[in-house]
Amino acid sequence: MANNRRGLPEINAGSMADIAFLLLIFFLVTTTMDVDTGISRKLPPMPEEEQLEDDSQIKAKNIYVVLINANNQLLVEGELMDISQLKEGAKRFIDNNGLDPNLSDNPQKAIISLQNDRGTEYKTYIRVQNELAAAYNEIRNDISLKKYGKKYTNLNKVKQKEIRKMYPQKISEAEPKNIGGDS
Amino acid sequence: MSRFKKNGKKKMGAISTASLPDIVFMLLFFFMVTTVMRETTLFVSVVTPKATEIKKLEKKSLVSYIYIGEPIKRLQASYGTSSRIQLNDAFATVDEIQEFIAAEREARDEKEIPYMTASIKADESVKMGIVTDVKQELRKANALKINYSTRKGTY
Repeated sequence: MANNRRGLPEINAGSMADIAFLLLIFFLVTTTMDVDTGISRKLPPMPEEEQLEDDSQIKAKNIYVVLINANNQLLVEGELMDISQLKEGAKRFIDNNGLDPNLSDNPQKAIISLQNDRGTEYKTYIRVQNELAAAYNEIRNDISLKKYGKKYTNLNKVKQKEIRKMYPQKISEAEPKNIGGDS
Repeated sequence: MSRFKKNGKKKMGAISTASLPDIVFMLLFFFMVTTVMRETTLFVSVVTPKATEIKKLEKKSLVSYIYIGEPIKRLQASYGTSSRIQLNDAFATVDEIQEFIAAEREARDEKEIPYMTASIKADESVKMGIVTDVKQELRKANALKINYSTRKGTY
């Protein structure tokens, strides 16, 4: 044979590709590449038993009440509102600075109170959270563009903190009520 | 002209496939490095809602996942279609969440505990009732850093 004359016979590497493909497909199937993204929130700690909730000190005009019912409808400050208008409404409320007597005194005092029903869809809830976060992000962006000529996300940590202090994100979630019924 | 004819008559040599394994191995290593092993088998179908104001979840090793959704088609015969919670590799009830968080804490270094995040991966169609119950349990367990898992996208 021609091979024998050359000493060691060549190992057939033709199936090497198949083996590698097999491994590749195994890893493709068993692994995930998606980066986890989401809306981060901090839950309030459980209230101590002797500690009574003291909401009376907060003026009603500094609270922006957002209610979501079981039919995924929004009641904002006592009025029915479409979800697409929520961001503008929240921005107007936060950045009011005492202009409108019915809205917040200043951004530091502004609190958004969110209450949902047990029958509310998670999708709607997330969308409301998203709109409120968007309102804050847009306001922070505007002020940082005005002050530093840069976007909020491009600022350094110290400046970001400063802006966060000017416009603190206060979203309070009340204990949910069960009006529309659990399904 | 005659030269071209000669060339045309010549048989095409076989393309060498010797470098094919190298290419595939390269792909393989790429995927091995960039991906993470799937840890749990999902028993609930989860399509996370869309959102725009999202943040990346840092440090995956410090994240505990809580899945909420309808049982997958295969299990609907035995478990029904009402939303359920899944922790690790099994269905769980709301009461088991505190235990789950405690177990997750046990597995981590003490220094890392304050940075632990609970990621709620809920289907967009679940009702807030069950999500609220989960949140209450997390508050009781003092796991206050949470993350609502969402996809990037607009409405």
